[in-house]
Amino acid sequence: MNKDTFTLGGKEFSSRFILGSGKYSMELIKAAVENAGAEIITLAVRRTNTKKNESILDYIPEHVTLLPNTSGARDASEAVRIARMARELGCGNFVKIEIMRDSKYLLPDNAETVKATEILAKEDFVVLPYMFPDLYAARALQDAGAAAVMPLASPIGSNKGLAAKEFIQILIDEIDLPIIVDAGIGRPSQACEAMEMGAAAVMANTAIATAGDIPAMAGAFKNAIEAGRAAYLSGLGRVLERGASASDPLTGFLRD
Amino acid sequence: MAENQFFVDSDKLSEKVLAKKHRLEQDPSSRTNHMEYMEGMERIDSDIMSRVLGQMDSYDYESYTDADVRRALSDETCSVEDFKALLSPAAVPHLEEMAQRAKAETSKHFGNTVYLFTPLYIANYCENYCAYCGFNCYNDIIRKKLNSGEIEHEMKVIADSGMEEILILTGESRSMSSVEYIGEACKLAAKYFRNVGLEIYPVNTDEYRYLHECGADYVTVFQETYNSDKYETLHLMGHKRVYPYRFEAQERAIRGGMRGVGFSALLGLSDFRKDALASALHVYYLQRKYPHAEYSLSCPRLRPIINNDKINPLDVHERELCQVLCAYRIFLPYVGITVSSRESEHFRDGIVKVAATKISAGVSTGIGDHESKYEGKEDAEAGDEQFEISDGRSFGQMYADMSDEGLQPVLNDYVYV
Repeated sequence: MNKDTFTLGGKEFSSRFILGSGKYSMELIKAAVENAGAEIITLAVRRTNTKKNESILDYIPEHVTLLPNTSGARDASEAVRIARMARELGCGNFVKIEIMRDSKYLLPDNAETVKATEILAKEDFVVLPYMFPDLYAARALQDAGAAAVMPLASPIGSNKGLAAKEFIQILIDEIDLPIIVDAGIGRPSQACEAMEMGAAAVMANTAIATAGDIPAMAGAFKNAIEAGRAAYLSGLGRVLERGASASDPLTGFLRD
Repeated sequence: MAENQFFVDSDKLSEKVLAKKHRLEQDPSSRTNHMEYMEGMERIDSDIMSRVLGQMDSYDYESYTDADVRRALSDETCSVEDFKALLSPAAVPHLEEMAQRAKAETSKHFGNTVYLFTPLYIANYCENYCAYCGFNCYNDIIRKKLNSGEIEHEMKVIADSGMEEILILTGESRSMSSVEYIGEACKLAAKYFRNVGLEIYPVNTDEYRYLHECGADYVTVFQETYNSDKYETLHLMGHKRVYPYRFEAQERAIRGGMRGVGFSALLGLSDFRKDALASALHVYYLQRKYPHAEYSLSCPRLRPIINNDKINPLDVHERELCQVLCAYRIFLPYVGITVSSRESEHFRDGIVKVAATKISAGVSTGIGDHESKYEGKEDAEAGDEQFEISDGRSFGQMYADMSDEGLQPVLNDYVYV
C-alpha cells in the first residue's frame, strides 16, 4: 500500500496535524511532536522576537518543519517584511501569511493576502495563506503561487468548529491544492469531520493549549485526524452524501 | 459622596504664586474654558466624544435589576446594554459568576499568558496644575530631567534585568520635555527593548507620526475622568485642562500610525461606574472606526502622593475594581487589560488569573533611580515620584511568581514593521 502523504513545497508530510501558534509553550510543542506526531509547527515571528526565548528553535526537533507566520501584519507589505525577517532568522522558506486588519475578530483580509502571496511566491517562499473561505480568493491564491490554502473553520480561538463547513467543502472540491483547515477547531471530533470532508490537514492550537491534560488532548487529535482521513479514503462519507444509490431509481427507464 | 482634600500649599511658594494658586482653586471664573482648544492644538473631525458622553450622561446604573445582570451573563455576546448592567450595583452579588465568565473570555483570547513591562519616567517637570497628581507644578518635589546619557544608562539597567517592553513617561511639559527629546528617548529605547510605548502629554497627529518613526508604537493617555464638569475642577491650569484635545489623543495617535492605544480613567476622582462605562465605550467606538488598531485598558485608582498622604480612591475598593475589570473583559474580550503597581501584590496575583493580561514589574515612578532600586546603589540625585506604588516586586520576582501561579510570562509578542 502506498504511504498516505501530502506535499508542500516539494516536501512530503505524513502527519496531517499541524500545530498552530495562538498560544504556545514548551509543553505544548513537546506534546504536539510526541503525542500528536506533528511534522509542522507554526511560530509567530513576533512572539519569537524575544531575547529570553532565543533558544526556542532548539526545542524543535530537526525533522519538524518550521512554519513562521506573519501575525501582526496589517497589510501585504508588512507581511512581506515579516516573512523576510523570518527567513533571515533561520526559520527556513516556509511561511504562513496572516494579515488581519481587525483586532476584534482577527479575520484575515483576503485581498491583501493574495498580494502578499504573489510577492513571496516569486521570492521562492513556500507560501501557505490563511484565508476566509471564499472561492474567488482561493483561486486567486492558487494563481498567485500558493503551496496550499488555509481556510478558517470559524473565528480564531473560538473553538466553534466547522462553522464555514459548506464553503470549505467548495474549496476542497474546486481547488487543486492541499486545503488545510485552520482556526476554530475546538474538538477532536471537529478535526475528524474536516478530514472526512477531504481536507489535507488540520491546524489547531487553542483546543490543545487550553486542555486540562495537554499531552492527552494532543493524542486525541492525532487519533481523530487519522480516523477522519481513513474515512475519507474509504469513500464512505462522500458516497452517502453525494453518490447515486445502486438501484438508479430515476434513470432505470433508459435502455442501452 | 465623600471627597478627597487635594489642595496643599508649599511654604516655598511666594505670596504672589500662592495667591494665583488659591484663585484657581476657589474662583472658577479665574480658570480658562476647558472645552476650548488652545493655540497649536489640532482639531480632528470626530463624533466619538459625543457618542461616549451621550451614553455616559444617560447611564442610570440604579435602574438595572438582577434580571438584567442574569441576562447579560447568559448572552453569548455582550451588548452595550449588557455591559451597563454588569457595571451596575445590581451586578455586585454576581461577582463570582462575572469572574468565571471573564476568566473564560481571557483564556479564549490570551490563553494563560501574562505580559510583563516596566515604566521609565525620564522627566517629572510639569506645566499643569492637576490637584491629585504628585507632579503638579505647585507641588514641592525634586524635579529632574534625564539627559540622553542618563536615559541610556537607565535603559541598560532595566534591559539587563531581562525586561523587553518599556513604557516611557514624562511629566507634561512641552518646554522641558519636547517632542524631539522624547523622540530621542524612543530611538534609544528601540536599541534596548523590543517594544516601546509612550505615556506623555497629548500631541498632534504629525508629532505622533514622528514618535512612531522614532520607534514607539503604543500610546496611552488617561482621560482621568470623563465627567467634564468634574474634570474642570481638578485640572485647574495648563494644556491638560483642555478636555476634548485630551479625549481625541488616541484617535490622533492611530492616525499618526501608532499600532496600539491605551485608555483609562483614574478611579476615585468621580463616579467610577460612569467613568468605567465611558472608558470602555471610548475603546468600543474607536475600534469600530479603526478596527485594525490594538486597544488596551487600565484601571488605576487614586494613590497618595508626596506632600499629601491622605489621597485615596474613596468608594472604589478592591471589590468594585474587580467588578469593573470583569465587566471590561466580558464586554471587550479582545482588549489588553493592564493592572499597575498601584495595586497590591495580593490583588494583582488574583486578577491576572481572571481578567488582566499585563502587569508592570520592577517599577519606579521616580526619575533616574533604577540603578539604586535594582542594584542597591545610592543615588542622591534622583527626581521625586509621581505616586506611591503598592507592589514593589522586581522583574525576576514577578516572573517567578507568575510562573508559580501557573501563568506563562511573556516578555514580547510584537515586531516593529
